[in-house]
Amino acid sequence: MAVLEILTYPDTRLSDPALPVTDFNRSLVQLVVDLQETMLVGPGAVGIAAPQVGVAQRVAIVDVSPVLEGDRNRKPKSSRNGRLVLINPEIVERDGEVTGREGCLSVPDYTGNVLRADAIRVQASNELGESREYHCHGFESRAIQHEIDHLDGKLFLDRVMSPRELFRRKAYK
Amino acid sequence: MSNWYMVTVVGHDQPGIVAGLSRVLSEGGWGLGESSMARLGGNFTIMMMVRGEGSASDLAQVIDPVGTSMGLHVHIDRIQAELHQHPEPNVQIRVYGADRTGIVADVTGDLAGAGLTILDLNSEVSGTGDSPVYVIVIDGFVENGADALDSAVQLLNKKGLKVDVEPIDILVG
Repeated sequence: MAVLEILTYPDTRLSDPALPVTDFNRSLVQLVVDLQETMLVGPGAVGIAAPQVGVAQRVAIVDVSPVLEGDRNRKPKSSRNGRLVLINPEIVERDGEVTGREGCLSVPDYTGNVLRADAIRVQASNELGESREYHCHGFESRAIQHEIDHLDGKLFLDRVMSPRELFRRKAYK
Repeated sequence: MSNWYMVTVVGHDQPGIVAGLSRVLSEGGWGLGESSMARLGGNFTIMMMVRGEGSASDLAQVIDPVGTSMGLHVHIDRIQAELHQHPEPNVQIRVYGADRTGIVADVTGDLAGAGLTILDLNSEVSGTGDSPVYVIVIDGFVENGADALDSAVQLLNKKGLKVDVEPIDILVG
């Protein structure tokens, strides 16, 4: 078990597309454990991807439970699939568009509004190599798209919208 | 030791203002911090944090050639500045209604009374000349979450305004 160092922009490794996982071995299981531990140390993080710790493999974790289970009366609209281990994830269906505010462990002190698919169907393997499919919407869907972006070498900064654009969308849509 | 200044520039909008200002500042050894430009009613406006070694009059001298040639009003204030300390909003409020005097006063007064701190506000006079519509989008922080604004919102709805409050759940991944 280890808390790994989080790379922050402008570390160029964050821009490198990650490689598909081919061996579902013990070191992969260990990576998932370490990612989980590292994510929990991050302030309010609901996901993490291997490239954020300098590992160029298509591995990510998403768990929006901490946010959805907060004691607030108004929780974000979201599906709830618990902790998702996403190895070689692929979004096979997208539906709708919605804006929401994102931050990133790898981009300290900046948040911005990003347009994402509202609902997605995602196929992935778990750390044992078993195929899984998830239907997600809202906050959970956003988290998965954010993490898959990391696997493709993208940060939310690549997608951030100007406040004025958001203003017009919110006001007139 | 360098000093921070807030430079406010207002004038008739025309191409090249930001480029002209930022070029002379850069060449004069002045660095930019955060900035916000908006086009308000056809007028160019910008506020820029500017940092450098000199006095306010040194800074004014650097800007003057661009200000004079483009017909801009320039105002400079010495400021205390802190970077890397952005408070995050937890609520967005969207307001619209038939334009009348006092909408912003009503909205911000009632919401401040309910505990809202405004972090960002944009407003526009939309609609048509005969039938203007006032639109406001506010990002803010309220200690006890969006629910704390409910009674203020009900009051504003009775004043003929359409007010929506939506929690901002920042995704960190």
